[in-house]
Amino acid sequence: MIAIVDYGVGNLFSLCSSLEAVGAEAVVTSDPDVIRNADKILLPGVGAFSDARRKLSQGGLDKLIIEEARKGKKLLGICLGMQMLFEYSYEYGKHEGLGLLSGSVVGMEGTIPESLKIPEIGWNALKIKAEHPLFKYTHEGDFVYFVHSYYAVGCEDSLLATTEYGKEITAAVAKGNICGAQFHPEKSGEVGLKMLRAFAEW
Amino acid sequence: MVTKRIIPCLDVKDGRVVKGMNFKGLSDVSSPVELAKYYSDSGADELVFYDITASYEERGLFTEILKETARNVFIPLTVGGGINTTADFDRVLKCGADKVSVNSGAIRNPSLISEAAKLYGDQCVVISADVKRVGDGFRVFSKGGRIDTGMEAISWIKRCVDMGAGEVVVNSIDTDGVKGGFDIELLKLVTAAVKVPVIASGGAGSTGHFIDLFKSVPDIDAGLAASVFHFGEIKIPDLKLELRKNGINMRI
Repeated sequence: MIAIVDYGVGNLFSLCSSLEAVGAEAVVTSDPDVIRNADKILLPGVGAFSDARRKLSQGGLDKLIIEEARKGKKLLGICLGMQMLFEYSYEYGKHEGLGLLSGSVVGMEGTIPESLKIPEIGWNALKIKAEHPLFKYTHEGDFVYFVHSYYAVGCEDSLLATTEYGKEITAAVAKGNICGAQFHPEKSGEVGLKMLRAFAEW
Repeated sequence: MVTKRIIPCLDVKDGRVVKGMNFKGLSDVSSPVELAKYYSDSGADELVFYDITASYEERGLFTEILKETARNVFIPLTVGGGINTTADFDRVLKCGADKVSVNSGAIRNPSLISEAAKLYGDQCVVISADVKRVGDGFRVFSKGGRIDTGMEAISWIKRCVDMGAGEVVVNSIDTDGVKGGFDIELLKLVTAAVKVPVIASGGAGSTGHFIDLFKSVPDIDAGLAASVFHFGEIKIPDLKLELRKNGINMRI
């Protein structure tokens, strides 16, 4: 069973529907016991980093996720949920992440060519950098859907895939039982569903 | 690099997809959920659902259809029509919409844009503008293109983006339904004025019109159309292949 962590950020309708579509058993929850008893944890997230990070710390959900992940429970962060896996984010100030992966999150502003629009919105191709069960069904050049203005850097040891947006931008990360996608698998058509299926089967 | 997007637009009334010619003379086309699945399977990059129901009671049916679509279709969904308050944003976002487009609601109350952007993020707020030539310039029309607001179109769009709209849909009333090509002149002005993604709407009649759009307006992000897709005059897989052959970056 996959526990989708509900901490009041964004709506989870599409994510739940997509997991249902791949036949995964998932439950939306903020109950620590349910998260503790789940086989896997899915950490979603949209919006501002500091706000999401603060909400996640309410009721100690952040500590619980760190504890479960360190015990080896499989964890997938999506979009802002992926960004929170790192040590720091520099979105409007410096904020501490969960510190489960090495690296930090920086803004596109000033780090990509000025001609490119921020946020990056739309479909972009994956360049695969490593092998991981999460990408069991994912191929080089597969298109996935992005909506983001910030991205992870300094995460060479967990880099799973990048995408080209003025330069190579972190698209997915994975290290052992901890993984994350900057893009939205629940909005990436068949390619996204296949990644979620791989997570469910892992 | 991010691909250019092809977006079918579904006007939904009484639970069915309809499409008007120049906004008049509506004709029933198909079931929204079935059509949405069909488009997603044929490579549409995104879908726009436009709620053209008149009464409050019928909104319930629309949101049910939206939910059913989001349960079956896993590409981005933009919803517009009858969005007047942040409660309307909430209503459609909870049913699986990713973006919400505002038109008349923002004309009546421009602060709706900034309020919604603060609550749901800029990327969620789409300003949809119905634009028509009046004299030497372009004006914004409201109420489905019926009423001249007197506002100059480019400055209105810029103002909306400054307030937090993360994307712009430009619908040219002059070219809509005529199938004579997109409004290149207008779209060039809009893409030069704003830095957020711009979606071209109104005028698609052939594959050549899409090629012309992406070649003539390099900064345009997407082409939107309805009837040419609904009636099968243009098939999305063929269109995308043809665009790619012409050097346009496409997801295939």
